[in-house]
Amino acid sequence: MVEFALPKNSKISGGKTWPKPAGATEVREFKVYRWNPDDGKNPSVDTYYVDTNDCGPMVLDGLIWIKNHIDPSLTFRRSCREGVCGSCAMNIDGQNTLACTRSMHDVKDGAVKVNPLPHQPVVKDLVPDLTNFYAQYASVEPWLKTTSPTPQKEWRQTHEDREKLDGLYECILCACCSTSCPSYWWNSDRYLGPAALLQANRWVSDSRDEATGERLDNLEDPFRLYRCHTIMNCAKACPKGLNPAEAIAELKLKMVERQI
Amino acid sequence: MSATDTPKRSMRTPLGRVRNLGAAHSGTSDFWRQRITGVAMTLLMIPVLVIIMMLLGRNQVGAAQILSSIPVAVILLLFIFASAWHMKIGMQVVIEDYVHNEKLKLVSVMLNNFFSVAVALASTYAILKLSSGV
Repeated sequence: MVEFALPKNSKISGGKTWPKPAGATEVREFKVYRWNPDDGKNPSVDTYYVDTNDCGPMVLDGLIWIKNHIDPSLTFRRSCREGVCGSCAMNIDGQNTLACTRSMHDVKDGAVKVNPLPHQPVVKDLVPDLTNFYAQYASVEPWLKTTSPTPQKEWRQTHEDREKLDGLYECILCACCSTSCPSYWWNSDRYLGPAALLQANRWVSDSRDEATGERLDNLEDPFRLYRCHTIMNCAKACPKGLNPAEAIAELKLKMVERQI
Repeated sequence: MSATDTPKRSMRTPLGRVRNLGAAHSGTSDFWRQRITGVAMTLLMIPVLVIIMMLLGRNQVGAAQILSSIPVAVILLLFIFASAWHMKIGMQVVIEDYVHNEKLKLVSVMLNNFFSVAVALASTYAILKLSSGV
């Protein structure tokens, strides 16, 4: 059966409260999920105080400040710090988003609560293991597939056809959507999840691609596609403002279209 | 992970695990039928409610008299057909969502089919019996 409670070794207990930075006039409290695979202990939530006069406004700035000034063992992914790479996706104040584009001042009440993306195996602290997520992306074969001879120049496309890719090509594969989806939590082994399906629709919608039917064949499955129950958490979570639920609905519509 | 292919026990590649047994090439029919039966139930809801209101407080003879009308019987039969089918598909989705033990899932899906057919047939029999005045 589906698991509604955390496994014993994932239950959060205790946590260290680090001292407030000396001389800071304005501090912001951060409660950060910690788990070390090497010490054999359960996860905990550590409390840190960030000197907001000494760091940038984003949650990622706060985490980097903690790592530089308080606790160098705090582990998280980050790279571009401007919402393009998707590395710093995490659960902030109960919502999956990018730490680099979420201002710590937008978190209204109390501490800034930071957890790893939900329902994924944790590698360490805020770093989830996204192996399955990336394999699902690979399974939709996200590249142009053609059988016609390759043209001398580029594959051509009308402006209207190009516009069909808007709202799809912007996905940065941060996994905020998939890991916010309850259906993905219960069936991530068989359900491809919103991110991979949005990417699938990006290639199904591409007028230059010649493998549309084959792609739809590959998706037509009670689990791969039809586990989406239009819960819409994906659209709410997406830090790029995309709507994976709509992309999935378009895929379902195409499935029906080719049968009727 | 499915019961037969948990990551702990498997040395398959992540892509191999995702591809697993391949796409079933089905699911669209159930998806479409769920929409058809949903729309049908919505359209039939008001006439069915009117019929139920008409049946309230009547004895068996009175009910049989109302159900002897062909449109009334057809509306009720259509509603039962649509709702039983909708119920069967909806329950199967719930089972697939939450039951991960493969054997238990197969048994549950089978029982769900039996139950839905039984409910549909029993209701159909009752309406036909009353409407034919037997």
